[in-house]
Amino acid sequence: MELYAPIFVLGGIGAGFVVLSMVVGAIAGPKRYNRAKLQAYECGIDPTPQPVGGGRFTIKYYLTAMLFIVFDIEVIFLVPWAIHLDALGMFGLVAMLLFLVNVSIAYAYEWRRGGLEWG
Amino acid sequence: MTTHPSVHAEAVRLAAEPGFEGFGTDPWWIILIKALVIFVFLMLCVLMMIMADRKVMGRMQQRHGPNRLGPWGLLQSLADGVKLSLKEDLIPRSVDKVVYIAAPMVAAIPAFLAFSVIPVGPEVSMFGVQTRLQLTDLPVAVLLVLATASIGVYGIVLAGWASRSPYPLLGGLRASAQVISYEIAMGLSFIAVFIYSGTLSTSGIVEAQQPIWFAIILFPSFVIYLITMVGETNRLPFDLAEGEGELVGGFMTEYSSMKFTMFFLAEYVNMVTVAAMSVTLFLGGYLAPPPITTFWPGANEGWWPVLWWLAKFAAVMFLFIWLRGSLPRVRYDQLMQLGWKLLIPVQLVWITAVATIRVLRNEGYPPLVTSAVIVVFFLAVLAALLAMSRSAERRQAAEAEERARDARAVHEDPAYGGFPVPPAHAPHYGSSVPAEEPRTAPPAPSGKREEVTGA
Repeated sequence: MELYAPIFVLGGIGAGFVVLSMVVGAIAGPKRYNRAKLQAYECGIDPTPQPVGGGRFTIKYYLTAMLFIVFDIEVIFLVPWAIHLDALGMFGLVAMLLFLVNVSIAYAYEWRRGGLEWG
Repeated sequence: MTTHPSVHAEAVRLAAEPGFEGFGTDPWWIILIKALVIFVFLMLCVLMMIMADRKVMGRMQQRHGPNRLGPWGLLQSLADGVKLSLKEDLIPRSVDKVVYIAAPMVAAIPAFLAFSVIPVGPEVSMFGVQTRLQLTDLPVAVLLVLATASIGVYGIVLAGWASRSPYPLLGGLRASAQVISYEIAMGLSFIAVFIYSGTLSTSGIVEAQQPIWFAIILFPSFVIYLITMVGETNRLPFDLAEGEGELVGGFMTEYSSMKFTMFFLAEYVNMVTVAAMSVTLFLGGYLAPPPITTFWPGANEGWWPVLWWLAKFAAVMFLFIWLRGSLPRVRYDQLMQLGWKLLIPVQLVWITAVATIRVLRNEGYPPLVTSAVIVVFFLAVLAALLAMSRSAERRQAAEAEERARDARAVHEDPAYGGFPVPPAHAPHYGSSVPAEEPRTAPPAPSGKREEVTGA
């Protein structure tokens, strides 16, 4: 815990500064009411009505997010393996190569099916 | 308390893990001084970096850049900060208030945390206390940096979502897709470093670069880290999340005053963090460049390492400005393709090669086997490059054909694929202003046929 405590000290200083400057910004600035100013910005035309709750996102973004999860887990599996590679030796290398081949098959499938096209 | 002896022994071993003796033993006031110094350093870096950004960009474009406030315009960003805090703190009517106000905090606060594990020097004597020039070090220090970077993404996504406006929403979505895509390549570029250093602690990684920097022996990882670090911080040429030409201000379009400043601050602090990480992981951290230590053995002792660290850090920060001054912004699909189709596969092959060669050498295989493996990897990379260039050629040919087809179609029908005109009668375009009368003249009343003048 002694190792982690200083991080919270730095985080506390940072949080204090952020909150303080946002409060100062809210107090120091002028307040002049103007109906048009409070509209969402859209280059001067009346803003497009947005659906309540944020609406829907394109399926593409979910696909990217799922891909990210697959690969992020792969990276996390690679970290402890990389640190102890010298101790694991040939057995660890072969095991990890098999795992990488597994992930690569999914990756190649995704690529072939057009999951990596953003054009 | 009855603890199993082996569990207790394990706890003792962990507490006394090699490499962590100098940490967690500082008195509280030393921790406070270090944290304050890091905070002030980060703020100064941000102010100087904004100024340097504009000055160097100005020089690259044959102009002066800001030079009015203070000597050489050094106080420009300070004046900008004061001006921003005196601006009206606007909250648009349609936003989700709680999330809208929380988003700049979520973006800015984690940005400060990552610097706590960056080593800027070895053990020195500070006010009579022996201490490391590093706030703290963890057995998972590099993961902490990655984690704080991912939390910062939440600030961007929430800002875009809470603004309830098309430009911020698009900017937020783009930023999240971009950052998570480049985070994978970034994480993969660390793996080769971990293989060589055998530890995740930042000071341990720096010490592991004693004879030679990882930037030299793991050059491909270093190059990919430099690319991903630009993508991760949304800087040009990858600044699609806030590309002025297409998205106004991206996810921070609806923000003003200090809330806007917090996003700006977070972006620059993140730049400081990733630059400091590149120095730590690849450029030997606070170690003096190898030629210096040959004729000056004391270069790595006392406070001198801070100088080496600052020099390397400044060089990486300059690289950011240099890239911004010389490269055009990429297209969104090019950005994602670079991340997913080039950086990730290259990294996977590179990690496999590094691991295989290291294990073969450790296990004492004859050099012939090792060199044979190197040749096989080399041939495989060549074959992949050949296949990629051929597929790129095919794609270019297809695109050229499509362009030619479009040109023919435009020739036949000038309105083909023309500029999209918004529907003049759609409800939201006419909510405050009555819809314009159709510009085309109404059909002439029957009777006398009007003469067509062509005017």
